[in-house]
Amino acid sequence: MRLKAQGLAARRGEDLLFSNISFDLGAGDALVLTGRNGSGKSTLLRAVAGLLHLDAGRVTWSGSGEAGRPGEACHYLGHRNAMKAELTVAENLSFWKTFFRDSAGGAGASVAEAADMVGLGGIAHLPFGYLSAGQQRRMAFAKLLVAYRPIWILDEPTAALDIRAEQTFTDLIKRHLRSGGLLLAATHQPLGLDNAQELQMTGFSDLPESLL
Amino acid sequence: MMALLLRDLKLSVRAGGGALIGVLFFMTVVAVIPFGVGPDLNLLSRIGPAIVWIGALLSALLGLDRLFQTEREDGSLDLILMQEHPLVLTVLVKCLAHWLANCLPLVIASPLLGLFMNMSEVAIGAVALTLLVGSPALTFIGAVGAAVAVALPRGGLLVSILVLPLAVPVLIFGVSASYAAVEDPAPFMPPFLILSAITLFFAVIGPLGAALALRNAGD
Amino acid sequence: MTESLAITKFSDLANPARFLSLTGRIIPWLAGLTLCLFAIGLYLSFTTEGDYQQGDTVRIMYVHVPAAWLSMMCYTVMALSAIGTLVWRHPLADVSHKAAAPLGAAFTLIALATGSLWGKPMWGTWWVWDARLTSVFILFLMYLGLIALNRAMDDPSKAARVSAVFILVGFVNIPIIKFSVEWWNTLHQPASVVRLDGPTIDPEFLTPLLVMAVAFTLLFFTLHLMAMRNEIWRRRVGAQRRLAARMASREA
Repeated sequence: MRLKAQGLAARRGEDLLFSNISFDLGAGDALVLTGRNGSGKSTLLRAVAGLLHLDAGRVTWSGSGEAGRPGEACHYLGHRNAMKAELTVAENLSFWKTFFRDSAGGAGASVAEAADMVGLGGIAHLPFGYLSAGQQRRMAFAKLLVAYRPIWILDEPTAALDIRAEQTFTDLIKRHLRSGGLLLAATHQPLGLDNAQELQMTGFSDLPESLL
Repeated sequence: MMALLLRDLKLSVRAGGGALIGVLFFMTVVAVIPFGVGPDLNLLSRIGPAIVWIGALLSALLGLDRLFQTEREDGSLDLILMQEHPLVLTVLVKCLAHWLANCLPLVIASPLLGLFMNMSEVAIGAVALTLLVGSPALTFIGAVGAAVAVALPRGGLLVSILVLPLAVPVLIFGVSASYAAVEDPAPFMPPFLILSAITLFFAVIGPLGAALALRNAGD
Repeated sequence: MTESLAITKFSDLANPARFLSLTGRIIPWLAGLTLCLFAIGLYLSFTTEGDYQQGDTVRIMYVHVPAAWLSMMCYTVMALSAIGTLVWRHPLADVSHKAAAPLGAAFTLIALATGSLWGKPMWGTWWVWDARLTSVFILFLMYLGLIALNRAMDDPSKAARVSAVFILVGFVNIPIIKFSVEWWNTLHQPASVVRLDGPTIDPEFLTPLLVMAVAFTLLFFTLHLMAMRNEIWRRRVGAQRRLAARMASREA
């Protein structure tokens, strides 16, 4: 399993946010993006997930199954939770479970197990809208567990979380890496991963050095 | 895909869903027409099919702008775009769910409004039938508009403006088929078959266009 | 002294828990009485003579007229509750007008449907845009609008206040609507029961009509109380679920 990126560049509007970014991740590897607000972390993640057109460069993924778009092998947890407030948590999760389906090479947890793993096993029957912001974030994370994807792309996963929930997330991420998964994450807080590569983003790749 | 259909249907029935509002809007629009043109029953029965069709057209457009916008607002759209299911198929299923939840009630309510318009039994049947066949076309065209306007802050009005001109052929053949059923010399089948053809045509073009627009609206 | 006692009694009743236990005792009696009156009313309706002009279709009147009365009484009840919501901000008043809206819509629908069935043999058409019919139809649309408004908002007390404003605006507006359509066109017969110079309707028809009217009114109150109880319980379930969500965080 290998996720390769070569010479990525992307713009937001007219501004070139980053250029010539390359990385190479194998099974169990993690890449953590750091940098200030607006430095292009989210843009890079969305570009890898295939949600954004790249200005230059390409992302390739060779997994255990047949080759496809890299996005299909990814779980993407963005700033928004992608859960419907009107439906119950269980309805939300089981919808995503059937809609995602497992990628080749693994199997997802059941809805009840996933809710247990993020520490909210007892309230999966409630409408998603009844939960607090932190609980909603945890349930959105449970979405990653119900279907198997080798690559996890997490954009500020620990925003709106207390310390204990952060610890739960770190444990789940470590488990995912141990089982051979890949991780791309943008974060302000350190995730507490031992052997993560770090990529510092500046967000001004079109400005000459003298201005920085 | 079945899961997506069921989820969208559930969402439209749960609190805040738009299914009831569309029918209500339909009834209100049709009910105010007699106040404008006067309560002359002969006149009403003559213009009835057209009024019911226009009312249905407007109400069908009512909830369309939310088709993809709600998905975008909570981030679901990103995940839908990333999956390996063909996006065209996903859009088709979403259109189908929207039609079942919002347009089918309009078709069911149309005979009642036909009574208010003092239309004959044949005319009522013809309008309901043409609406049943023609309204999917409205949803499919509307999906393109909804996809184009998905990222706009006030897309709702814009969707209507974009889609209404495209919906003109549906209206023309829907209404002319309804009239043909009542007035003797004109045959019913030709406009009705053209209407069916338009629906099938848009069932292909609509989801394709909408999928293309969604892929390019990425931000 | 008696007045303050009355006020305490009233505020006792206004406590949802008291309300639940009190209505729990009243409802079986009310329902039984309604059933008896309906039995008598329907028996009278079907055994009295038919009209020499209209034949048996006149019996539609025994359902049509009470339903039409109730469609208006229900709106009055809602308007009173709306005042309760806005002036005293009482939760029970919120519950009251929210629970009454679907009932009002149902009675209005019955009145419209039976009127339509009656109109077909009498006027030769299912529907005419006559003043009376049109204003009842507008009332029906307003009920549906209120139901949609209540459904569209999450927060029940906010929804109650907003719809209370709408109810009161509608209450002021209904006479205007009625006037404006009155000179527009009319075919419906003028009022014939409640008149200054006494009813013009034959007593043969009047007795079953009155019995049915009382039965319908009691039916409305029975259903209204039951709907209010349901709404209170629904809110309690909602509160419990929110509490469960809060507790889950604390335990985890």
